[in-house]
Amino acid sequence: MFFGLSPEQQDYQRALRDFFRSSSTSQDVRRLTGDERGYDETAWRRMAGDLGVQGLDIPEQYGGSGASFIELAIALEEAGYALGGGPLFASSVLASTCLQQSEDTRAMAEHLPGIASGQKIATLAVADDNGAWDPAAFYGLKARHDGRDYVLSGTKSYVFDAHVADVILVTAQTEDGPAIFAVNSPAAGLRQTRLPLLDQTRRMSRLEFSGVPGHPVGAPGAAGRVVTRTLLTAAVALGAEQVGGIRRCLEMAVEYAKIRVQFNRPIGGFQAVKHMCADMYTLMETARSAVLYAAWCVANDTSDLAAAAHLTKAYCSEAYYKAAADNIQLHGGIGFTWEHDCHLFFKRATASLQYLGSAQFHRELLAQAIKL
Amino acid sequence: MDLTYTPADEAFRARVKEFIARHVPGDWRGCGALDRSAYDAWSEDWRKALLEAGWLAPAWPKEYGGGALSVSEQSILSEELTKAGLPQSPRPNDGIGFSLLGPTLLAWGTPEQKEHFLGRTLSGEIRWAQGYSEPDAGSDLFSLRTRAVLHGDEWVIDGAKTWQTAGMYANWIFLLARTDPAAEKAKGLSFLLVPVDQPGVEVRPIKNMAGLTEFASFTFTGARTAASNLVGGQNNGARVALTLLGFERRVGGVSAAAAYAIELDRLIELARHHGYNSNPVIRQRISACWSKVQIIRYLGLRALSVGIGGQPPGPESSIIKMYGAEYHKEITELAMDIAGTAGIAPSGALSASSLGADPLGVDPLSTSSWSTVFLLARAGTIYGGSSEIQRNTIAEQILGLPREPRVPIPVGR
Repeated sequence: MFFGLSPEQQDYQRALRDFFRSSSTSQDVRRLTGDERGYDETAWRRMAGDLGVQGLDIPEQYGGSGASFIELAIALEEAGYALGGGPLFASSVLASTCLQQSEDTRAMAEHLPGIASGQKIATLAVADDNGAWDPAAFYGLKARHDGRDYVLSGTKSYVFDAHVADVILVTAQTEDGPAIFAVNSPAAGLRQTRLPLLDQTRRMSRLEFSGVPGHPVGAPGAAGRVVTRTLLTAAVALGAEQVGGIRRCLEMAVEYAKIRVQFNRPIGGFQAVKHMCADMYTLMETARSAVLYAAWCVANDTSDLAAAAHLTKAYCSEAYYKAAADNIQLHGGIGFTWEHDCHLFFKRATASLQYLGSAQFHRELLAQAIKL
Repeated sequence: MDLTYTPADEAFRARVKEFIARHVPGDWRGCGALDRSAYDAWSEDWRKALLEAGWLAPAWPKEYGGGALSVSEQSILSEELTKAGLPQSPRPNDGIGFSLLGPTLLAWGTPEQKEHFLGRTLSGEIRWAQGYSEPDAGSDLFSLRTRAVLHGDEWVIDGAKTWQTAGMYANWIFLLARTDPAAEKAKGLSFLLVPVDQPGVEVRPIKNMAGLTEFASFTFTGARTAASNLVGGQNNGARVALTLLGFERRVGGVSAAAAYAIELDRLIELARHHGYNSNPVIRQRISACWSKVQIIRYLGLRALSVGIGGQPPGPESSIIKMYGAEYHKEITELAMDIAGTAGIAPSGALSASSLGADPLGVDPLSTSSWSTVFLLARAGTIYGGSSEIQRNTIAEQILGLPREPRVPIPVGR
């Protein structure tokens, strides 16, 4: 019985922390908000080559390190802390999980090695323009078989890193039912438009498909289970990022509270400030506990994974939002400025709260999971 | 990360379940289904069975009648008893004696003290109250003023203590008294064992806002105890008292979560009865409560892991009490919202409840029990370190924020 990280995992976490500290500084993050690709390719290559992050959750036979989702969650926490990691979530969480859940060995052999090495960037497109996260909304895109190949027509939106992706996995409706397709990008008939985002540390695109060829991933008609399972993993992965963000907000708030002097003492000496920081600490440790448990469920494919994932998404989203909001409050006026980093985390928290479904959405799914 | 128990622990769990099956009647629904007189009639045999198994004081060494259970076994025993609706501390003073006084004596007591007090505590001949808080010393415990002066071979005690759980049933009290008047705060305190049945000790019940007298206050006027009843050395009382603060937090978390899960199941039955389980707002609140119960379980597992590994307490130990107490207010408020107007005119059976969640077997539709536990939950964020003090402690000791300035401010300004 051990609920926590092993010494090896803690060592790995320290190495990741050092990596992000050097490659994803505040200046790096701000610089990249204006960058076309949105991430540092040198850092991306180092993350793969030196630390094997992109392939943590990918089996060795497909070029990964065959660690586990728990190691990936550790990396995601550090990425969330630093607002770094580039297309890590899109490629190694969304696309990689979808491929592995599909059990389509041909597709896995084709795409996973590149994802693991970082040489291929992949992403997953499920949502449509309405931004709804109910699976019923994922199949507006139509896939028609023209006798030889499938061709896709319709739209997708809120797709992470589609502008740099080499392959985009999409959900679409076929006459055999819901299916998943792999689409090479760029492609004729595929129009990609960047979405201006509140959270400028991420990249999302809208995609228009006009007769774009796609290769089936898994059997047509079987996509429903694959997508649901993928998004449960994604919810937990997002939770891990959110825990990193809470940790960063707590650190910023405490550091400021120790140095900002008003009324002849550091403001951290006032109980109102102390208590807000203590509450942030509690949010961090409880959110961390939820992520660890859910990550274990993902890694072991337990029967209570759905409940754990919905719990994690709802709880961590609200916890991060509160921590990021209180971080601004504790900084006073300067927390409201563009130049200070508080808003970067507040916007990341706000966007993460909605992405994959709000806290209310997931609490309702949790109620269903526990058969309320 | 490995949430499986060892084969030895699983075998122990099976033993506990088998023990439970042997000692409860076939139609057992949990002790919450028993009214006061039925509980009193049943619990004596149950207490005896626990005593014979060595499980009444599971953490004590076998030579003193305990079970010498490992940390994981203690947690498993507690968890399985909770799930079966069986009290681990059948009599009101049991928990105080086994979990508070016992470990303190085991750590600090002389062989004579252990020999005299531990067996009698186990049998129930000695029933303990914990004498720490005073009318003027609650959160600021170490400002306490009860004093003890050595006269010959006796300590003479004067002062007042309050909030003694099960104090009206106690015949002994362990207390902190100031034995060095020149020393301030935590320095100069001694840990004394004092018999209650003497002219110098007066006990008065405290009626709480639920109308229950679970607590008492004590007044000491020239009360006496033998010099040999000092534990852990003169003026070392603060250290002695702080010893046992870590024990409960290591092994209690998983069973606390199990108790909250049972309570939440009962709330869900209440909600279903009223058709509220399909109400979207109530579903959200129940879902949020379910999430927190799970998180309490995770915190308990973290504390257990740390205890099994013999590590110093981690972050979870600083937040689990506060988090659980605040959760308990949330769920009892939800229960009152579901009960609605009927809840303000309570009816139905009242269980023999204490400060935590009601045990298995309480009628989910009894508004008497819901409204009582709702009132009692208000105290949860006050006793045992109020939530405000817990936050100060986290902020100062974990986050390193500046400590409160200790400048006295006269009352009335």
